[in-house]
Amino acid sequence: MNLSKSDVLHVARLSALALSEAEVDRIAGELSAILNYVEGLSSVDLSGIPAEEGSRLPTALAEDLPVQSLSTDWALAGAPDRSGPFFQVPRILEEGR
Amino acid sequence: MSNPFFSSLAEFAKGRDSRKFTIEEVARYFMSRTEQLNPSLNVCLSLNENAINRARQLDARLARNGADSPFFGYPIMIKDNLEMEGFPTTCASKILEGYISRRTATSVARLLSLGAIVLGKTNLDEFAMGSSTENSAFGPSKNPWNPTRVPGGSSGGSAAAVAAGLAPLSLGSDTGGSIRQPAAFCGVLGIKPTYGRISRSGLVAFSSSLDQIGPFSGSASDALEALVAMGGRDSLDMTTTERDPGEMRRDFAATRMEETQIGIPEVLFGEGLDPSIRKRLLELREALGGKGAREVPVTLPHSAYGINVYYLVATSEASSNLSRFDGVRYGFRVKNPADLRTMYEETRDAGFGDEVKRRILLGTFALSAGYQEAFYRKARKVQSLIRKDFMEAFQHCDAILTPTSPTPPFAFGEKTGDPLSMYLSDVYTITANLAGLPALSVPVGLDGQGLPVGAHLIGPPWSEGRLLKLAEFISALYPMPLPEVHAGHPTVKGPGDRG
Repeated sequence: MNLSKSDVLHVARLSALALSEAEVDRIAGELSAILNYVEGLSSVDLSGIPAEEGSRLPTALAEDLPVQSLSTDWALAGAPDRSGPFFQVPRILEEGR
Repeated sequence: MSNPFFSSLAEFAKGRDSRKFTIEEVARYFMSRTEQLNPSLNVCLSLNENAINRARQLDARLARNGADSPFFGYPIMIKDNLEMEGFPTTCASKILEGYISRRTATSVARLLSLGAIVLGKTNLDEFAMGSSTENSAFGPSKNPWNPTRVPGGSSGGSAAAVAAGLAPLSLGSDTGGSIRQPAAFCGVLGIKPTYGRISRSGLVAFSSSLDQIGPFSGSASDALEALVAMGGRDSLDMTTTERDPGEMRRDFAATRMEETQIGIPEVLFGEGLDPSIRKRLLELREALGGKGAREVPVTLPHSAYGINVYYLVATSEASSNLSRFDGVRYGFRVKNPADLRTMYEETRDAGFGDEVKRRILLGTFALSAGYQEAFYRKARKVQSLIRKDFMEAFQHCDAILTPTSPTPPFAFGEKTGDPLSMYLSDVYTITANLAGLPALSVPVGLDGQGLPVGAHLIGPPWSEGRLLKLAEFISALYPMPLPEVHAGHPTVKGPGDRG
């Protein structure tokens, strides 16, 4: 299948990626070529075939033991911006709301 | 691979214990060789400034208490998507600018606890997405055999480091061939273990159901010891096996070439394979027959769809895993974004390179409403058929032999304009990841242009020990010459091609 520019913009929004106009054009072509290739899967008869589930083993569970959690400073040490014990990001709510 | 001190891990341990050399001398040798050659090879993204100090401390401990592991004092390098506390982890991406790891990957921690010394962190395709290191935000690594050729990828820096003798052993990660293809391109041994053999904790996730960590080395026995050291249950990765990693040593010791049934998927030796690689592989098959191995024809009918399945499953998982890079908790953030949404979108647009964006978009599309059934679910069904084909084949053989790569190391820029042609370099390796199987690449000499050729062995789950023993037999048939690397202008010694 071929992706249009608006398809790419929709997926870019879902992916939280701002794409430039030039990127959108180029990527629409590249993704269409890849999708047309992977669509070769359509020629496989899949009636009654279960999807791969990865490991057949039961889910391994961690022991339920109390452990030290991350300290605030540890968690914030790499943050591009912080305010006291918090990650700081641009304002989400407008003033007065 | 060669160095003035030792030719294997076992020899290192012997020389160290008999005080033929000190750990510090060895560490200094590799460090200064790296400092000399790295500017031209671009193999390391960061060096451990504390390495020589650590070597000195280990020498002191050795004098007091002796050493209880061959890895005590052994210098290694690790791919820069493996975390090590106090060191940068870049994943060769701008988006991790300034990031310093605050934990150590289990695989690395286990080697460190035995006394290994990490000399540096190696270059890769951004977030391990690529087959040439050309997707690194810090420029590609060079192939030590020929500086106009790629070293393969994504673990190209780790493979080139061992080939150029900057470290005797390195770690990489393999999601679709990222250890085995660069091993083939650089003329070293590289193994991807069974899914679950080695903890992925501290490996920056690309495709969680396919990623595995593994070593590059000059010999099969060194790789075996590294797997045993790193393997086994880890409470930080719930997919790790309870099996004893020591089983690999027992299998290694018990394997005989004359009792081995080698599965041959004949179709993979046909169309699409470079003629000089085919020639080498056919010679190998004959040589193995001469050593008493028996060829068994196998068919893997659904392997033809490996690339299709991979680029849906791996990108879907990547689109989810890479959502954590949002400019909030660590790494790069654009300056003065207008609002939160813009901050996410512009940080990710500026921070990720083209291939990473392509894969995030493809994976997001494959999982999006209306397309999940037609793309992602269908891929997972075909994946189960690929696994079933292998399990049936292993009823009749011990290991399957294929080429590692369809082409010799290609030139820089040759495939960057066409993502799909780059994806096809993984055509022989990708199915082992999809089926969770162990697989390795072992050098089988050079092609007509003096470039390394690799043979690829895939085994049933948990058969690493046997695969490595078979690789050791193969290595004995193909003593590899060494690339001659010079600072400034890497050149290649006479190809030593045997016709």
